[in-house]
This record gives sequence, C-alpha cells and structure tokens, in this order.
Amino acid sequence: MRQVMKMAVAATVASLALAACGSSSTGTPAATGGSTGGAASGIKVGMAYDVGGRGDQSFNDAAAAGLDKAAKELGVTSKEASATTGEAESAREERLQQLIDAGYTNIVAVGFAYAKSVGKVAKANPNVKFAIVDDASPDSTGANIENITFAEHEGSFLVGAAAALKSKSGHIGFIGGVEVDLIKKFAAGYMAGAKAVNPAIVIDVKYLTQPPDFSGFGSVDKGKAAAEGMYQAGADVIYQAAGGSGGGVFTAAKAAGKMAIGVDSDQAKTAAADVRDVIITSMLKKVDVGVYDFIKSVKDGAFKAGVKVFDLKSGGVDYSTTGGKVDDIKAKLDGYKADIISGKVVVPSK
Amino acid sequence: MKRLDPRKLALGAAAPLVAILVSLLLTSVILLAAGDPVGAVWAQFFKAPLPRQIIAIVNEATVLYLSAIAVAIGFKMNLFNIGVDGQYRVASFAAAVFAGQHWLPGWLNIIVSLIVAILSGAIWAGIAGFLKVGRGVSEVISTIMLNYIATYLVAYLLKGAAVKVEGSNATSTAIIKEDSRVPGISLDGIIATPNKLYGLIVLAILVGFLYWFVLSKTRFGFDLRATGRSETAAVASGVKVKRMVLLSMVISGGAAGLVGMPLLFGQDYAYGDTVQSGLGFAGIAVALLGRNHPVGIAFAALLWGYLNQLSNGLQIGAGVSDRLVLIIQGIIVLSVVIAYELSRRAGLRLEQNRVAAELAAQRAKQQPKEVAA
Repeated sequence: MRQVMKMAVAATVASLALAACGSSSTGTPAATGGSTGGAASGIKVGMAYDVGGRGDQSFNDAAAAGLDKAAKELGVTSKEASATTGEAESAREERLQQLIDAGYTNIVAVGFAYAKSVGKVAKANPNVKFAIVDDASPDSTGANIENITFAEHEGSFLVGAAAALKSKSGHIGFIGGVEVDLIKKFAAGYMAGAKAVNPAIVIDVKYLTQPPDFSGFGSVDKGKAAAEGMYQAGADVIYQAAGGSGGGVFTAAKAAGKMAIGVDSDQAKTAAADVRDVIITSMLKKVDVGVYDFIKSVKDGAFKAGVKVFDLKSGGVDYSTTGGKVDDIKAKLDGYKADIISGKVVVPSK
Repeated sequence: MKRLDPRKLALGAAAPLVAILVSLLLTSVILLAAGDPVGAVWAQFFKAPLPRQIIAIVNEATVLYLSAIAVAIGFKMNLFNIGVDGQYRVASFAAAVFAGQHWLPGWLNIIVSLIVAILSGAIWAGIAGFLKVGRGVSEVISTIMLNYIATYLVAYLLKGAAVKVEGSNATSTAIIKEDSRVPGISLDGIIATPNKLYGLIVLAILVGFLYWFVLSKTRFGFDLRATGRSETAAVASGVKVKRMVLLSMVISGGAAGLVGMPLLFGQDYAYGDTVQSGLGFAGIAVALLGRNHPVGIAFAALLWGYLNQLSNGLQIGAGVSDRLVLIIQGIIVLSVVIAYELSRRAGLRLEQNRVAAELAAQRAKQQPKEVAA
C-alpha cells in the first residue's frame, strides 16, 4: 500500500511539473498555419516563435501582425511553429530545419534564444534567408541573416519623460518581466527620460522573475501584485515591460485610480477594454514593421544581410498618443524626440 | 534462491506496453474531441526519425538519463528528491564558472570541473538531507524550496559572473575554450548526418553502471535498499538510518550535478539564461517510467526524448499544438503507474495461486500416508 501511495504522489508531482512546463502559454493554442493570402507570390515564410507563440498579446503577436500584413499585401504563404518551455537547443535547430524542409525558405526567428540555432542552420542552408529579432551577436551573424534589433532605450526615454511630466507625486515605477539585459535596456531609457524632466524624481524598479524562470513574461497575477505594491507606496505612473504580465499592472492601476504605460504594441488599443483608459501612452516597439520589411525585401529581391537597427530616427520605436492623454505634453515629448534623433541627447542603454 | 518466473517477467514487460497502448488510445479520443486530424498526427508520430533527429533524441535521452538516475537513487531509499532541478542548475553554474577560468589545461580542466559539479550538487542536496536528519523536515518540502532558492541564487551570481557579448541580449558565463571541450562522437558511416552525439554519453553509461553495481552488488547498496523497504527492519539489522538518509541524499545530489555536464561541455560551452531548464522534473517522470531500473530508465529516457522532439513535427507537419506532446507524456506516466500497480497485484495473485497449489499438492501427498498409518 505504501508503495502505491508513493507512486501516486510521484505521479502527481510529475504531472504537476509537466503542467508547469506548459503554463507559460496564455492558453491560446499555437495557431499553426496553413496557407493564407490571396494572390500567391510564391514567397514562403516560416515563422519560429518564442515561448508562448501566436496569441500572447505581446511580443510574439507583434511579429505575427507583421506576417499577417505581408500575407494580405504581398500574398506570401506561411507556416508557424513555436518554442516549448525548457526545450533543448537541438529542438530550436530542428524547428528551423523542418520549416526549411517543408519548403518555407524564408525564416523569421522571433527572440534572442534563437541566436545560436539561426547561426548554425543558416550556415547549413546558405540559400535560405533568415531574419532574427532581438539579436545581433556574433552567433547569429552571417551572409544570409538579417539581424532585426530595436533601440528600446530611446522609446523608453520618451515614455519616461511622459511619466515624469504626468506624475503629481514625483514618484513613478517600472515593472520588468524578467531581469535580462534586454529588459534592463527598457529600464535604463525610462529612468534617463524621467530624470531629464525631474532630476529629483523617485523611481521604483522591480522585475517579476529571474532567468531561467521566464514566467515573469506571462503571469498576470505577479504583475498585479507588484503594481499594487508600488501604487500603495506612492507611485502614480507605472511603465511595464512585462509581456503578458502587463495586463495585471493595468488592472492594478484601474483599481487604484492611477496611471500606467504600455509596451511593444499600442496597448490603449489592444489591452482589455475596461482598463484602456488608465494607459496614458505606450512605448511602441515595431516588431511587426521589422518582420514585414524583411519579407518585403525578400519579395523585391532587395534582401540585405546584417544588423538593421529600428530606432527613433527610422520610426522603429516611438510613443503612442491613442486616447489623447498625452496631448498636453506632446510638444515637450516631440522636443526630446528631435534631440535624440539629432544626437543632442544620447540615451544610455544600461 | 529466487528463480526467474517467465510469467512474472512477461507481466513486467507487458505493463509498460499496455500503458503506452492505452495512452495512444486516450490521446486519440482527445484529438477527436478537439477536432484535430487523428490520422495526420499518428502519421507524424510513427514516421521513422531522420538521422539528425536520432542524434537529437539520443542526446536528449543522455541528459534525461542522468537526471532520472539521480531521482532513482532517492526513490530506492524511499526519499523523494524533487530538488534535482535546483541541484543540477547550481552545479552547472559552478562548473561553468570554474571551467571558464581555465586555471587548468585541457582535459584536466574538464575532469576537475566535473568534480566541482558533483560536489556542488551534493552540497545543495546535502542541505535537504541535513534538514531531514537533524530537524525532521520532509525532503519533499525542503527540496522544492531549495529549487526556488537555487533559481535566485544562480541568477544573482550570474549577474556577477556574466561576460557581455556585443549585440547579444543573452546573459552567460565565459565561453569555455576549445581545448576544454568534450568532442562529440560522430556516427558517420552508420547514419548520414554531420551532427554528433555528446561525448559525455560515456559518463551517463558509467553512472548507470555504477548505479547498478553499487545498489545490487555492495553492502552499502543492500543497506540502502533495506532502509528503503523497511526502516525498522534496517535498524534491527544494525543499519544507521540517519547516516543512510544523509548519504543517499548527497549521492543523489552528486549525480544530479552531472545532469548539465553533457550540455556544458558538448554544446553550450557556458551557463546562461537560455540553458535548458526543467530537466530535474522530467527526470522524475523518466525514473517512474523506467521503474528505477538502470536499463528500464534508459528506454524511458529514449521514449521521452522521442516524444519531446515530436513537438516540431506535430506543429509543422500535422498542424496541431505542441502541447499535445505534454498531454501524451502526462497520460503515459499516469497509465504506467496504474499498469505497474495492476501487474503487481496480478503477480501477487499468480504467486498466491502457485503457493496454494503447491500446498494442496503436498497435502494430497501426505493424506494417503496418514490414512495408511
């Protein structure tokens, strides 16, 4: 009998562990793709998403939006597959290779986790064109790879300035999903922007989880708890760069009657309808533009390997004005924007 | 003394096979309910893996095997080491930092790094062992807690040890130089692929052998199994139970420390935030599936690796969610546990029937004599 109990306990824990592995998804099944688009152009695009895949309302969805636009306007066909939490490095290579084997010879890899696998698979398939989002390391450098990177710190500077201009208490906050270098870049720009407006401003910074635990990008409850704490401590504007956890920050802002700032997409349009009015602006990171531009360049025969930086100057990052909450300070924000573009203000990235 | 009963042996092998069949059936039901293409899914499932996929499966199985052996050492002692996950991450980090310093040349660096990994894993598991022996804290609770502490501790230390690569968003320790890497084993000539097996597959086989040898051929192994079966009986025969608990926890942790080594020296050459996670939990399922037997675990690890690598094919070839693999794995573990229990009861009944029949035969033989007398 004791043996049975032990086995039962073990089985329960094992299944819990498995369930935990899957929980980083937002519950939307990875939409795997089929052919879309009207006039077929013959261009076939394989999309390899980061954990969460299409439907995460954040990073992956931004990339998916670029693909959808290309399908509609350029008539490309596509196949999509997403990463599994805790997968082996070989699984990423395999994903890219299988997309190629299936005939999808223009590959978009979403997220820096693909750096090594893109480098390796690109070398083995010199005729296939690759784009990788968020990585420009030597691992993913090659004659057939475009590295799509963003100046997240520049966009974050502008929303940091907006936060400081809007704050009445002189106390603001930043909530990052996972403490990785990429998210620290958001924080660095935000703090610089806020201090440019008000050098004495108080800024609370919190990251929801530590790597390799990436659940901080998908836990609404963690985002909510962290934001509640900051609002209670006196902050009146919080900028979140926390992917799927951001919804919790908005909920907390609504409950506290305070303000929040969105990230990646124009979240005053994409967030849940009842919390949209707390979002004063969003830092736009136009992953969709990066993906669309890559596909278009392939179609036009204008593909160019190497690093492509999407910054303020090229319009790859920006702040949003949906809802009209920053209309009164728009002139000031555009002033900072012009200074950054002209090089008069240099935004720190760490 | 203990004869191999062919019927019992058949029962033992039948259990996992029946379990796998049942899980395939249940999965089909789920697929039908979800409106997914059952035929296309099974076509992907039973497609012979390509050469490069075979390599990936064996490599994944190598790592899972080490993890499952670490779990099984605890199981044999009736200890539930859920902390393999934290132990292997602490150990991988420590070994990566040590190896990255290159204080020692070439192979010596690798060997000492392996020892560093074993010691770090052992110490981390030893905390749970000490808490159990000294304070009576359940190892289930303490190892789960230590997993969390390991996550934060390693993340904190990684910040200090990280080496910045220009243009990269990943954080990782210094890359181990060529001379301290374990070369892969090429299967060129057998299967057509440039990919290689982890050189440290040898280490996994060695650990599996040691596990079998120590448990079944040594006094220590006997004491360990005896304590696992019945603590009171072990105490009566002079086994120091507390010492055994601490020791087996430490050994389990030491084995856990090796889990990340094939990855470190055969593929990643560093420890960073994109390193493979969750191996310790997968090891629990694999150990259960393999019934804590060194050969059984090897088969279970291969099955697990096979299922894991299906997730891409299912998405790209069959157009279903990769979560299906997680569902199948979950169903297999549950069916296997149930099948093992049923086969144990069936075996028991067989044994009872046999003994009853023998007793009846004896009595039948004796009776005529008594009548005669």
